[in-house]
Amino acid sequence: MKAIEVVNLTKRFGDFTAVDSINFSVEQGEIFGFLGANGAGKTTAMRMLCGLSKPTSGRAVVAGFDVGTQTEMVKRRIGYMSQRFSLYEDLTVMENIMLYGGIYGVPKATLRERARQMGRRLDMTSDLQRLVADIPLGRKQRLAFSVSTIHRPEVVFLDEPTGGVDPIARRLFWEMIHEATGDGTTVFVTTHYMDEAEYCRRVSVMVDGQIRALGSPSELKQNFSISTMDEVFRALARNSLRSE
Amino acid sequence: MKTLPILLKKEFLQFRRNKLMPRLALLFPCMVILIIPLVATMDVQHVGVAIVDHDNSTLSHRISTSLDASALFSVTTAPTYADAMAMIENDRADVVLTLPRHLERNLLSGQPVAPDIAANGVNGIKGSIGSAYVMQAVGESLISATGRHVDSPSIVYRFNPTLDYRHFMIPALMTMLLIMLCGFMPALNMASEKETGTIEQINVTAVNPFTFILSKLIPYWIIGLVVISIGMAIGVAVYGLVPAGSLTAIYTASALFILVMSGIGILIANFSSTMTSSMFLMLFIVLIFILMSGLLTPIDSMPEWAQNITLAVPPRYFINIMRSVYLKATSINALIPDYAALALCALTSCTLAAITYSKRN
Amino acid sequence: MKKSFLAFVRKETLHLLRDPRTLLIALFVPIIQMLLFGFAISTEINNINVMICDPCDHKDTSELAARLDANPVYTFAGHVGPSDIDAALVDGKAEAIVVFDSGHRAQILIDGSNPVTAQSTAQYLTATMSETTPDASVRILYNPQLRSAYNFVPGIMGLIFIIICAMLTSVSIVRERETGTLEVLLVSPIRPGMIYIGKLIPYFILACIDLAAILFIARHALQVPLTGSIPAMIILSLTYIILSLGFGLLISTLVDSQMVALLISGMVLMVPVIMLSGMLFPIENMPQPLQWLSAIVPARWYIAAMRKLMIQGLCWDAVASEATIISVMTILILTLAIKRFKIRLQ
Repeated sequence: MKAIEVVNLTKRFGDFTAVDSINFSVEQGEIFGFLGANGAGKTTAMRMLCGLSKPTSGRAVVAGFDVGTQTEMVKRRIGYMSQRFSLYEDLTVMENIMLYGGIYGVPKATLRERARQMGRRLDMTSDLQRLVADIPLGRKQRLAFSVSTIHRPEVVFLDEPTGGVDPIARRLFWEMIHEATGDGTTVFVTTHYMDEAEYCRRVSVMVDGQIRALGSPSELKQNFSISTMDEVFRALARNSLRSE
Repeated sequence: MKTLPILLKKEFLQFRRNKLMPRLALLFPCMVILIIPLVATMDVQHVGVAIVDHDNSTLSHRISTSLDASALFSVTTAPTYADAMAMIENDRADVVLTLPRHLERNLLSGQPVAPDIAANGVNGIKGSIGSAYVMQAVGESLISATGRHVDSPSIVYRFNPTLDYRHFMIPALMTMLLIMLCGFMPALNMASEKETGTIEQINVTAVNPFTFILSKLIPYWIIGLVVISIGMAIGVAVYGLVPAGSLTAIYTASALFILVMSGIGILIANFSSTMTSSMFLMLFIVLIFILMSGLLTPIDSMPEWAQNITLAVPPRYFINIMRSVYLKATSINALIPDYAALALCALTSCTLAAITYSKRN
Repeated sequence: MKKSFLAFVRKETLHLLRDPRTLLIALFVPIIQMLLFGFAISTEINNINVMICDPCDHKDTSELAARLDANPVYTFAGHVGPSDIDAALVDGKAEAIVVFDSGHRAQILIDGSNPVTAQSTAQYLTATMSETTPDASVRILYNPQLRSAYNFVPGIMGLIFIIICAMLTSVSIVRERETGTLEVLLVSPIRPGMIYIGKLIPYFILACIDLAAILFIARHALQVPLTGSIPAMIILSLTYIILSLGFGLLISTLVDSQMVALLISGMVLMVPVIMLSGMLFPIENMPQPLQWLSAIVPARWYIAAMRKLMIQGLCWDAVASEATIISVMTILILTLAIKRFKIRLQ
């Protein structure tokens, strides 16, 4: 079974077609990079996959359920971390874990155990009882990821998760994502750092609401016969009608 | 429904951590109920009377002494009408009483007498009641001067024998506090989750919208009931005002009314994108609720069309219940229409709040 | 320097124009409220139900009933038996009941829960029944029909200006601090004082539009005479608006989040302005300490002065003391705000 299956997915706002009939599928346990310039439509597409926005037409199946009709079933099986930082700043890390884990119905004892493991793995045991507001951004982002997967979702959606953090923190973040896919979690991530695309098994590049390229980073570089993803991206984005 | 306790715990933690909210919810009501009843007296006192005495007779002197003896008036004499008018312009007098020449002589010889009263109408209540009082006092003096006996009925004030305006205001202030706290706080809470984006994270979970709205309503419901209790406690301790009616009647009405207000607060937050715009809309509604509900000025004195508008102003029903139960011990049975109206408003506003909170756009 | 300042004012104006909902509310809410409250709210007493209880039927009560019905304020609401007197008052069927017992004197039972109504009902019924009313001529000056609108227009102006101005400015500054753009401005060559003034200008213009609309409504819709000096009204209102904007500035230096700024400028400020300004409740009735407290509420002086100008038709010299107090308060608040702002910078 595919983790994500998208067929002719479209979203229109009035006359404006934000997402124009896109097609792709994501394998279980895969890290799938969803690239595109700002305004290319990648956030809109992702919001549809998470059930935050209703598709105008087309179909998408996430973790075996249709996002248009079985939204609540989808929501039980996914995790989400948005670019706007979304842990409650005035709660401690532990309280955030109990909140989000509790919403998904994970038993308290299990949550405490997972929180302990998480603290050890990230070397942040001392941060668990601190207010989120007091934790530095890089660490906060790794925590946010761990909290968004605290209920062990089948698919995790990450919307530009590494915005504004330093290269070392970004590296740590991606190592953590790789670890997470070890137990079969599928990761769907949008980014505009082209070096980060190299961490993904496959990437798609979106321009003007359409997917213009799809494949592993090495395939794409080969097809365009250029050496970096950055140049691939620029070659594709050059023809964009929606200028920034 | 299993998620409700978890969401509630989050709301309470956030409330407690907030620097301002707990203080606002506790201190603000205390301050308002302690101080404002002392301020809010609309009953007419200290009517400044300037007497222009052209008669200068025993009778005219008796009139001024009888006015002066009353605690209601503070009497000054002015040599001419122009001087008295100047006193009105400087706010040193509210009513000018002019006693014409030959007042005593004409009265005793049975000729018509016409003292002249001019009142400052800027403050309408003071002008009209003040002049009526002066007229009555003058009338009594004139009648007793002719030797007739004045046969005035005895007056008994029920429910508030000393006519203490505070007793009238305390239930109103409690209403005002509920309108503000239970309206502004949920609206801002919801709008701030929208602005910081944490609401997105909730929206991608499988939380039921009704459960989420409930987790926003219940905390303010509890806060509102605490505010009412504080208000009643201060009323008893400081102003000696013990609710005459049943506590059940008061708490039932409060519980319904708080739901109305916080439902409206959330409804407004659902429609606004920022805290500022939700606050402005709420401010608009709060001002209408405070000024049009009969809380500070009587509904009966509004023009017909405005009275019809007040039918859609929920605090109107609440304040009526509060005053009747608090002062007159009116039973729930006699107030069924008001309770029914409140319940209807509560149901409507909470349902609308839940419906308009949609997890997707 | 002047150019960068103008650019800055332009940016602030754009913020305001790009947020049409807030703009719309800030412009139309005062107008709607002015109309609504101006026409609707009044403190007059009206529609008082009086019942008569005359078990022995020994007096001619029809004359009293007729006289009650002839009066626009009072309504004769029927006869009531002695056993039902309590119920009629408790359930609100009557505000007063005149009881004739077997003896000579009548007794009036009045619902005292609203002391104002009770007082004037007592006064009216006593005068009617004892026939003590002399042939005095009574004239009400300035406001012959005793229209409450006259009294409320200045009050509502005092309320609306301070809340709207304080809210808009405090929030716009705190928002910039929250998003971090304030720091960007502070490192720019514009002087901090200029940043503040630039922030205030669009809101000042907005308030001026409100002022014009309100004065127009007062004159033409509510028929408030506005016989006093119009320049005095405008200058005084502009000073008051500046004071209100300064209040917003001060609040913004004291708080850290938009939510707190909104709660303080919206909710906390509303109570003293409605209660202590004399807008509804006469100041001279307050206990002495509260009269002193009301002296620091700027709205008190503004409302008092505007009443003199708008309704009594007086001129500058009559409001000199109020105008002085408002000006001094404005300077104090602005100085304090700038001091606090400098402390925050360090």
